[in-house]
Amino acid sequence: MQAFTTLDGIVAPMDRANVDTDAIIPKQFLKSIRRSGYGPFLFDEWRYEDRGEPEMDCSKRPKRADFVLNQPRYQGAQILLARENFGCGSSREHAPWAILDYGFSCVIAPSFADIFYNNCFKNGILPIVLDANTVDDLFRDCFAQEGYRLSVDLQAQTVTTPDGQILHFEVDAFRKHCLLNGLDDIALTLADADAIRAYEARRQQEAAWLF
Amino acid sequence: MGQTLFDKVWQQHVVKANDDGSVLLYIDRHLVHEVTSPQAFEGLRLAGRKPWRRAASVATPDHNVPTVDRDKGIADPVSRTQVEALDRNCAEFGITEFGLDDVRQGVVHVMGPEQGLVLPGMTVVCGDSHTSTHGAFGSIAMGIGTSEVEHVLATQCLIQKKPKVMRIQVDGALPTGITGKDIALYLIGQIGTAGGTGYAIEFAGEAIRALSMEGRMSLCNMAIEAGARCGMVAVDQVTLDYVQGRPFAPKGALAEQAEAAWRQLHSDADAVFDKELRFQAADIVPQVSWGTSPEMVLPVTGSVPDPADARDDVQREGWQRALDYMGLTAGTPIAEIAIDKVFIGSCTNGRIEDFRQAAAMVRGKQVAASVKLAMAVPGSGLVKAQAEAEGLDQIFRDAGFEWRDPGCSMCLAMNADRLEPGERCASTSNRNFEGRQGMGGRTHLVSPAMAAAAAIAGHFVDIRDWQ
Repeated sequence: MQAFTTLDGIVAPMDRANVDTDAIIPKQFLKSIRRSGYGPFLFDEWRYEDRGEPEMDCSKRPKRADFVLNQPRYQGAQILLARENFGCGSSREHAPWAILDYGFSCVIAPSFADIFYNNCFKNGILPIVLDANTVDDLFRDCFAQEGYRLSVDLQAQTVTTPDGQILHFEVDAFRKHCLLNGLDDIALTLADADAIRAYEARRQQEAAWLF
Repeated sequence: MGQTLFDKVWQQHVVKANDDGSVLLYIDRHLVHEVTSPQAFEGLRLAGRKPWRRAASVATPDHNVPTVDRDKGIADPVSRTQVEALDRNCAEFGITEFGLDDVRQGVVHVMGPEQGLVLPGMTVVCGDSHTSTHGAFGSIAMGIGTSEVEHVLATQCLIQKKPKVMRIQVDGALPTGITGKDIALYLIGQIGTAGGTGYAIEFAGEAIRALSMEGRMSLCNMAIEAGARCGMVAVDQVTLDYVQGRPFAPKGALAEQAEAAWRQLHSDADAVFDKELRFQAADIVPQVSWGTSPEMVLPVTGSVPDPADARDDVQREGWQRALDYMGLTAGTPIAEIAIDKVFIGSCTNGRIEDFRQAAAMVRGKQVAASVKLAMAVPGSGLVKAQAEAEGLDQIFRDAGFEWRDPGCSMCLAMNADRLEPGERCASTSNRNFEGRQGMGGRTHLVSPAMAAAAAIAGHFVDIRDWQ
């Protein structure tokens, strides 16, 4: 997994609540057996006028000019600013894969759906929760200033605005450690193999029907 | 102090407590399907890892499978590749799979309980958010992403933080015509799609106890639509009767020992919850969703809301966008909304009771001429066989329904079953998101009986008045 340490990037505002994972990456793209290549299909139904299919060459597809990611000022954005309950719905990890593949590695919102939030950390994406009023202010500034950027520091757990305001965010210590170091948590769990075996031996005595 | 049901099951599965408050949680059952597993198996392969306990995982293809002409194979080459990848991965890693030619194949959340692969008090995971279904057995069941699918395959564990626990009590007798689906939709309408975020929800109260296992599964299935990764119902005689005798359920002395343990799977009288909500069953009437989020739901007696009545700007914009997408006008009575297609099936409502309830509505009647397609899609090969043994397939066919082979079908439209832009569907599935059933498709979530009655009438009707 790619580590996440600091990021200074252009912010793209996704100004709607309850953005679901079906919207982030529609179902037809879930047929792929790979982890990459989803970026061109991120928000496919909102981004293009035609129906997308896997393996399509998206450079020739008609784009919806009013969609945020199609606007010139947000090209190259690396931080996605979102509203409440971002990533609700399906557990498809194709959603964070598409977000990452597009070029975002940080999503800021007042709240996230649990499974999506968790999936982000497994893929080198930092999801940041800030309170609704703060997110509102960020939306306002982002719309007002072309080229609006934020600077994120995971170690310090801060987001810094262009005018120097420092916003603090919370992140679970273990997830932070894994993300900062790009750690594979399977290897960490396998370090506890003896504890897992001991647990299984005990449970086999207590609840043999489970084995 | 007493323990909640959730705490009891959680505690039994803690392998190791970490310093930061997370735990290594043991997973008893891992259900696998073709869409969220290929990258996980590939991960194992690249790292040279093997499944920790092969017998804990059971697979079946469901999301991508055709529901007609199955003998001709899968026409879509991309879908076929994915289903074949599951076959290959299961063979390579020694995991039991009920493949397309097996009568036990079906929607993973129908197949699991049907086979007795899901038992009370288990921890159950699957790379699918509707894994919450299995909480109906008093188990902790949750959807996971593909990285965690790989993690469970490799270690039989997950690193988890204990969620908060909410009890939702639904008091009073279950009114006639009200199903687990209506309760689920009603509760989501009340608490919102993020109302359960960060929580495990225990559903309790007289109306919940009155539900069959099928009804409890429909309810827990949709806990995720309220934002909760798991929904749960305490074990009672209904649970034990359902489990008994199923192929993978314990038999003989072991079954007795298991039942004694399972009878403890309820919240203690003095258990303390992080949050408690109470509702009255008498307030629930058959539900119909009108918008593009499961919380945009109304009683069938209601009318499409006016964005002017929204609580704030964010909701107002959401409602307006939903009205535009759904092609609806504020103030339209729900019962006047005409439909183009009907879908009965899915992990929410693809079980035998669902087809019995739907068949009871259509028996001796005809699908309205204005309805282009009405589909009944059994949740598994065994549900299909059972329905056929009861003659339900004939009732559906005689009424003008198509009777299909099992799969996820038009719940998420990954196979050929989908809505065309602008088409409106009465659907027993779980999500009415934009594009969920096909780009531009308009989904109204309802119970099986409500979907069946809508197929006959051509528009939504209050099944409490159905003749």
